[in-house]
Amino acid sequence: MNSSQNSTATEAVAPAHVEAFAPFSARRLLALGGIGLILVGMLVGDIFAVFVLHQNASKVSEGLSAAGHAAIAGDANAVALSFQSVGNFLENRGTKVDTHVHMIAFGYLALMLGILQPWVALRNSTRKKVAWLFLFGAWLLPVGVFLIHYVGLTYSPLEAIGWASIFADFGGVLVIVATAAWLFGIARHFRQAVHTPLEDVLLKDRSRPGRILLAGGLALVLLGFLHGAYYAAFDLYSHEALDYSLLSELNTAARAQNATAVDTALGGYGQLAGEKAVNIAAHAHAIDFGLLAMLLAFFQPYVRLGDSSRRKWAWVLLCGSLALPVSVLLELKLGLFAGGIADVGGLLVILALLAMWMGIVRYTGEIDAARRFTEGRRG
Amino acid sequence: MSAARRLLILGGMGLALVGMIYGGWYAVYAEHQELDGVASALTASFMAAAERDAAVAESALELYRERKYDYDRHVDVHGHWIGLAMLLMVLGMGLDRMSFSEQVKTLLAVALVLGSFLFPLGVLLETLNHGAVPRALAVAGSALVIASLAGMTLGFARTQASK
Repeated sequence: MNSSQNSTATEAVAPAHVEAFAPFSARRLLALGGIGLILVGMLVGDIFAVFVLHQNASKVSEGLSAAGHAAIAGDANAVALSFQSVGNFLENRGTKVDTHVHMIAFGYLALMLGILQPWVALRNSTRKKVAWLFLFGAWLLPVGVFLIHYVGLTYSPLEAIGWASIFADFGGVLVIVATAAWLFGIARHFRQAVHTPLEDVLLKDRSRPGRILLAGGLALVLLGFLHGAYYAAFDLYSHEALDYSLLSELNTAARAQNATAVDTALGGYGQLAGEKAVNIAAHAHAIDFGLLAMLLAFFQPYVRLGDSSRRKWAWVLLCGSLALPVSVLLELKLGLFAGGIADVGGLLVILALLAMWMGIVRYTGEIDAARRFTEGRRG
Repeated sequence: MSAARRLLILGGMGLALVGMIYGGWYAVYAEHQELDGVASALTASFMAAAERDAAVAESALELYRERKYDYDRHVDVHGHWIGLAMLLMVLGMGLDRMSFSEQVKTLLAVALVLGSFLFPLGVLLETLNHGAVPRALAVAGSALVIASLAGMTLGFARTQASK
């Protein structure tokens, strides 16, 4: 093998710390892009919760009530129109939730892929391209999903799927391709006969803020799982049965032209929808915030803030992460007061995340320089 | 890299791919059709109520129940596979901070990977078969996830205390 072949082979299998956390390196792109996605996803979620969620829920309830009363009056066309409006409100709500969820989930995946870079046996230039591809797809999908409600089927070549859906699906394909490329890189790393020992600063870190975030995050995940298991064991199937029986009561009352019974069933249905929503939201948010805290724990060495500041922001993130799901669960009992606390919890998480994002932007390479210096002395 | 860490990281990446491919298939071929089916069944039921046709109203409502049951589970499967995949990878990366022997770590990793695959698979199979087997699979899978997660939390807490 000649020297140029040797050089190409070395570059092909080089671990990511060769490039470490340089500006526009794959790891830095994924870290900043991932936190950016989570931040925007959370802001979309907060705006949705404050300005859309409750208003939308009451419109859905009004639409269902109108359908019930139109059935009492024997007006089948008005029933169809009422359900059409309910469908529109639900689609609007569903696309907003999907935007929020996918932005945050892709942000998490970006952070994880950033941490995994030392195990990805790809050239640095390929890594960067794959990182850009991933981030492009990760933004395209939620933006496309957000626009589904507004674009509809305008100029669409397909019968049931509009352009916004097509672009969203294309974004999803890009994310899958990028993830598959990294999986290939990791498989390639494991196939190599000789493994370079990995000296990765993110995995070696045992700083206090990192430990607080890891321990707190894992505790939140476990709480979320236990709550989810409890809900699945004791409430899920009864809620599903109640959903059907309340709609059946509503339908029977409409046929019997009993307006009072229709309104009673509608009230019960609204209450049930609220119970389901708060349980699912509390379960999902506890686990998501727990994962976020655990992921951010790994990036603490690159957050260029003082140790006490990093500790403070770690606690702010964990407090907000606990306050939000607990308050969401209490919303049915305490109403808007608990809703307000949940919003404050979300805001605390956003502030902590923003502080850490700025800390990473401020990082100027001192850890990598020190490592290179040590390696140089050894060499 | 230890066997447990390799299993968690590769298992997580594989599960994320499975979850995304399933989600992509679902979004293109099933979601819109399923949502339309749920909406049309509910509308048909109440239109029949307006026409005082009890038989059609009830059969349409039954159809709504079946479609809603499937729709909820399909969405849950996508979300849980991807969520669990992420958890596997994060735990794989932090595994060396746990104060258990390699054997215990491997056992916990096997249980977590297995549970993370089986739990959503059981939920998915519930849409094909309403019997006890898929539900038992989902319960067993989630029990494996919770037990292994509790074990890992313990191992991690021990490390924290000893530092």
